Amino acid sequence: MGVLQARVLELAAIQNAPAWLSDLRYQGGERFAAASWPTRRTENWKYTSLAALAKKDVAAAHAESVEFNDLAMIDADAYRLVFINGVFSEKHSDALPPQVTTFAAASEEQITVVQRHLGRLADSSEHLFAALSQSVLEQGVLIHVAAGQCLDKPIYLLNYSAGKQACLASTRNLVVLEEGAQAEVFEQFNSDGDEQSNLVASQTEVVIGNNAKFKHYRLNLEREGITHAGGVFVELGRDALYSGFALTKGAVLIRNDYVLTHRGSGAHVELNGVYLPRGKQVVDYHTNIQHCVPHCTSSEVFRGIIGDQAKAVFNGRIHIHQDAQKTLAELSNKNLLTSNKAEVDTKPELEIYADDVRCAHGATVAQLNDESLYYLQSRGIDREQAQIMMSFGFINELIQSVENSDVVEFLMPILADQFGRKESLLQMEADALESL
Amino acid sequence: MLRIENLCARVEEKEILKGLNLHVKPGEVHAIMGPNGAGKSTLGSVLAGREAFEVTAGSVAFQGKDLLDLDVEARAHLGLFLAFQYPVEIPGVSNMEFLKSSVDAVRKARGKSDLSSVEFMKLAREASKKVKLDQAFLKRGVNEGFSGGEKKRNEILQMMLLEPSLCILDETDSGLDIDALQTVADGVNAMRSPDRSFVVVTHYQRLLDYIVPDYVHVLAGGKIVKSGDKSLAKELEAKGYSWLDGEVA
Ligand SMILES: Nc1ncnc2c1ncn2[C@@H]1O[C@H](COP(=O)(O)OP(=O)(O)O)[C@@H](O)[C@H]1O
Ligand SMILES: [Mg+2]
Repeated sequence: MGVLQARVLELAAIQNAPAWLSDLRYQGGERFAAASWPTRRTENWKYTSLAALAKKDVAAAHAESVEFNDLAMIDADAYRLVFINGVFSEKHSDALPPQVTTFAAASEEQITVVQRHLGRLADSSEHLFAALSQSVLEQGVLIHVAAGQCLDKPIYLLNYSAGKQACLASTRNLVVLEEGAQAEVFEQFNSDGDEQSNLVASQTEVVIGNNAKFKHYRLNLEREGITHAGGVFVELGRDALYSGFALTKGAVLIRNDYVLTHRGSGAHVELNGVYLPRGKQVVDYHTNIQHCVPHCTSSEVFRGIIGDQAKAVFNGRIHIHQDAQKTLAELSNKNLLTSNKAEVDTKPELEIYADDVRCAHGATVAQLNDESLYYLQSRGIDREQAQIMMSFGFINELIQSVENSDVVEFLMPILADQFGRKESLLQMEADALESL
Repeated sequence: MLRIENLCARVEEKEILKGLNLHVKPGEVHAIMGPNGAGKSTLGSVLAGREAFEVTAGSVAFQGKDLLDLDVEARAHLGLFLAFQYPVEIPGVSNMEFLKSSVDAVRKARGKSDLSSVEFMKLAREASKKVKLDQAFLKRGVNEGFSGGEKKRNEILQMMLLEPSLCILDETDSGLDIDALQTVADGVNAMRSPDRSFVVVTHYQRLLDYIVPDYVHVLAGGKIVKSGDKSLAKELEAKGYSWLDGEVA
């Protein structure tokens, strides 16, 4: 057993609060102890090595005293909950509406909801990091919206890694939307410097009832030193909607697993994402959409720009079960390599067992279009700037499709910085948008 | 302004221009007509500096400089502008950003300062009014989802903003209805000046009723086979190109 695995089990053994989660913790610990550490021969980890992570030592999550003055945040009217190194910080957080609680403050009724659902979708017998986080289960948020209700503001979960020590920051989020309910959640991850080297293993489970709607933004903006092994597990009822957007800049390793399961007909999944690793960063998205019932749709678009010696993995699985007639599923993944040492492994995986379905998929490693470059240059723009504009455009196309304009505005300067674009241009766009 | 001597060019091993000569003085408007596949767009591409087109012989002097020696963007800086027959769509790059970047780049090369965004917006709005392109198009991606006519208007808009000294219009009229044709012609005519020249490539004499040329040339088989004044365009309209076959050979 590697250092990390042993260390997590030590931490699990001394974790005793809250008491009402002890059964789940125990189950998680057992499963994590029994798990054999993935190698390149493990199906889910073929393209990403966990050899270095196996040797990593981590401390128990602890709260640092942190000020957020210069942290870029989404400028939205939202209920904000701040977690520092995985620990809830009341000082930085807003007063919460009745539909939202931390596990520590959960009422009897809310405890029942957590116990009914937690770990049900994030299957710890199957997902290594779901097991890991379940074994040390303590910190988390429940968002439970009653039938027909709509949260009046988005919930903003801000996860910050800080301090010299590498901690295990592992929060669990559970969203339960009853029939016809609606909610919007931002998850944002940051760290306070390139040296900060937490292992962040944040898992989010979302139960979307019949006719309910959920909008979800998961933004991995951590700096260089972070390892992130996150998961998003979603179940959709009849006529439900999941609309998700994911973005990752890159770090030691940022891995996110999305598992979305259609359990009621007429439901729709929309999932878009962007990844931009550079330097020696590694980003890995594994998505898995399960069509178990008829008449559901899913549309998934991921785009990446991989620079320097960075590496990206995109594995997009669509499983259309035998009963899932009339499924409509689309998956597109496009990658742009901006250096000849950059690497991408992209793999759509289709398993189709129903005969009356429409399924389109494509995975490409693209070059910047020569004709477009020539067009920009013919207008006096030099080649290098034209390349930057086009790379930006490749990503911007997806960003502009993000429904929440506060999120778009938040992401634009981050992207501009990533592409070395002039702030003045952005300002001009903003001015122009207002004046038009 | 522009001196093309014995220009020969090929693309993918195929000889297309075979000894083309053309002299354009400041303030002149030259029309180039000719059958499909004659090499009209190739001429535009070679002048603008498109990489795939290889010049095998001849020379092109523009503003006293060796044009063929310059990068694509340097040609634009020097005042050459090509309105594309098929303008490309670049989704995700806003038309506004594109226009501002190109105006800034060309101004910089000419030793002028960047425009403030307010100044630029004013210019862009005025120009878009002139070409009757709704301002909403400034917000869209470059040519993204534009109709054929809207793309051509966007080309003329760019031409107005960049104030080139030589404008090459490659079939800007094709696919336009009468109203759009009038708008494009008005834009061009408003820009005519003693030190700005135009090379108007067209299939139809129709455009030349609006933009009256000083010279008309027939390009066939990779060279100029006949030159004349505007009456030549009428003659071509009436007789087609086949009567020129002898001269092509
Ligand atoms: N990129 C290219 N690759 C191969 N052949 C080309 C290319 N562009 C043009 N051609 C060929 O060159 C010839 C001249 O084309 P073009 O200059 O577009 O004619 P025009 O504009 O006069 O209709 C045609 O036979 C065309 O098929
Ligand atoms: Mg042509």
